[in-house]
Amino acid sequence: MTNRTLAQQTDAGKAPPTPLRSRSLWGDSLYRLTRNPGAGVGLILLVLLILAAIFAPQITRFDPVLLAPRDRLQPPSLEYWFGTDMFGRDIFTRVVFGTRISLLVGVVSVVIATLLGVSMGLIAGYFGGLADALVMRAVDVMLAFPGILLALVIVAVLGPDLLNAMIAVGISAAPTYARVTRGAVLQIKSSLFIEAATVIGASTWRIMLRHLLPNILGPIVVVVTLGVAGAIIAGASLSFLGLGARPPTPEWGLMLSEGRNFLRQAWWISTFPGLAIMATVLAINLVGDGLRDALDPRMRKS
Amino acid sequence: MLRYIGNRLLASIPTVLLVTVLVFLILHLIPGDPAEIFLGDSRSTPEMLAQVRTEMGLDRPLHIQYLSYMGGVLQGDFGRSLNTNRPVLDEIVGRFPATLELTLAAMLIGTVLGTVLGIVSALFHNTWIDSAAMALALLGVSMPIFWMSLLLIFVFSVWLNWFPAIGEGGLERLVLPAFALGLISSSTLARLVRSSMLEVLGQDFVRTARAKGLTERVVVLRHALKNALIPTITVLGLQFGQLLGGAVITETIFARRGLGRLYVESILNKDFTMVQALTLFLAIAYVLINLLVDVAYAAVDPRIAYD
Repeated sequence: MTNRTLAQQTDAGKAPPTPLRSRSLWGDSLYRLTRNPGAGVGLILLVLLILAAIFAPQITRFDPVLLAPRDRLQPPSLEYWFGTDMFGRDIFTRVVFGTRISLLVGVVSVVIATLLGVSMGLIAGYFGGLADALVMRAVDVMLAFPGILLALVIVAVLGPDLLNAMIAVGISAAPTYARVTRGAVLQIKSSLFIEAATVIGASTWRIMLRHLLPNILGPIVVVVTLGVAGAIIAGASLSFLGLGARPPTPEWGLMLSEGRNFLRQAWWISTFPGLAIMATVLAINLVGDGLRDALDPRMRKS
Repeated sequence: MLRYIGNRLLASIPTVLLVTVLVFLILHLIPGDPAEIFLGDSRSTPEMLAQVRTEMGLDRPLHIQYLSYMGGVLQGDFGRSLNTNRPVLDEIVGRFPATLELTLAAMLIGTVLGTVLGIVSALFHNTWIDSAAMALALLGVSMPIFWMSLLLIFVFSVWLNWFPAIGEGGLERLVLPAFALGLISSSTLARLVRSSMLEVLGQDFVRTARAKGLTERVVVLRHALKNALIPTITVLGLQFGQLLGGAVITETIFARRGLGRLYVESILNKDFTMVQALTLFLAIAYVLINLLVDVAYAAVDPRIAYD
């Protein structure tokens, strides 16, 4: 409550009053997103990271995996911006190439989580009854594994490698998506427009995909965005533990793990990949927080 | 109250049972033969394999195997480690204190820091203090635990030489891993306490308390805080789960002989009876903790009916 009133007061002090012209949910949200400096910073950072991922080979002249034993453990310099690791590989190059892997892990895991979780939530919320009971029981079971444990179990079954880590992270994130989707579906299921669609004989599929889904996209977009950040952390954690990417892959979590025995002699091996993960996750969290505030109906001025 | 606890306990039984089925199936879904893993690299003859399979009961139908596994579990027999051939329960019990100590210490740090940061942020809403605290919290939320751990080791062990970097035993070896876990947990909590506190501070009863001339201190501590902390309790269970999961990483980094490290080692060594037992143990512990949290929640908030 205060959240809203205070936000209104401060907004009233700074910004011109919102025009009375009506805006669509997305237009309105976009308007408020652009007024959020945090989200702006996050978005710029994110674009830079995506560019780094795309143009990695053009950005650096070194090879990310080729060994160069003569140049091992070089401190940061004009030649090697972030120094070199114990195999003489340029850390900057590996960090830049690592952008590809981490963003891939984030996106692939979240796509898996979304496909699985959103369908579970749609089915549970729309059909109710037995379907709801079954799906939510499955969700409860999955949520009974604390933290990263479910992902660890799945990796144990599938075997440790990068793709399996993405699958594991995706599956273990699905229950959250299922819950959010189900909650949103329950909120609008009894709306008049759904009833109308049912009455004019729209098929179940059509109602779910054309009527329900577009109207619950708001909360889903927020979980998906913040989910990418969580998935990047989880994926890097698995690689750090030796249960994800394999050497010599330039994966940030793995690089940190390789550098931790050299903390005393060569702090740069672990530090730069660590900063890279943090910057990436921070950028996504900033955008996600901004989206949440922008899409939250309680923050909207009526 | 007792009935409420009983009902909740009953309601969690199906979940726990399904967890056991899932965990049991792990051993049978994995590529590779447990008997071969047990025999290890030694050239195993088909006869030896067959014998081990019979001993482990792997030749029986799946549901019979499950029932006998569960029968054992109920009597405290979780099977033997495929690597050491020692009862897994002994190993788990031996390693549990290290994990419990770490998780509780981290929980304490996380809760205290998170609550204080959240309250301060809310009281100084829209000032630089609020912004700074929330920026800090956002940074904490964006930090993977392993990166936080290495950072703490680097600063407080390598650089300042205040605490030993690895090992266990004694407070000085608990401080760094507990802070690594606790700081991250406090970030999530701080954000939550702040919004919860802001919501409460805008309510009528707070206005009334102010209007009747109570000091700001009493209003905040006696009236607002109590109500603001109620939603916070619900996430404590979730936080505990995050801490248990995080222990997997911190124990590996800080070389603590706890359950988390055992877990990772068992996966890497394909010791699946151990993975099975540990998963079961941690999942049940987590379900019970969440139950406790729900009971505490009902006890604190009179608006929640017990039945």
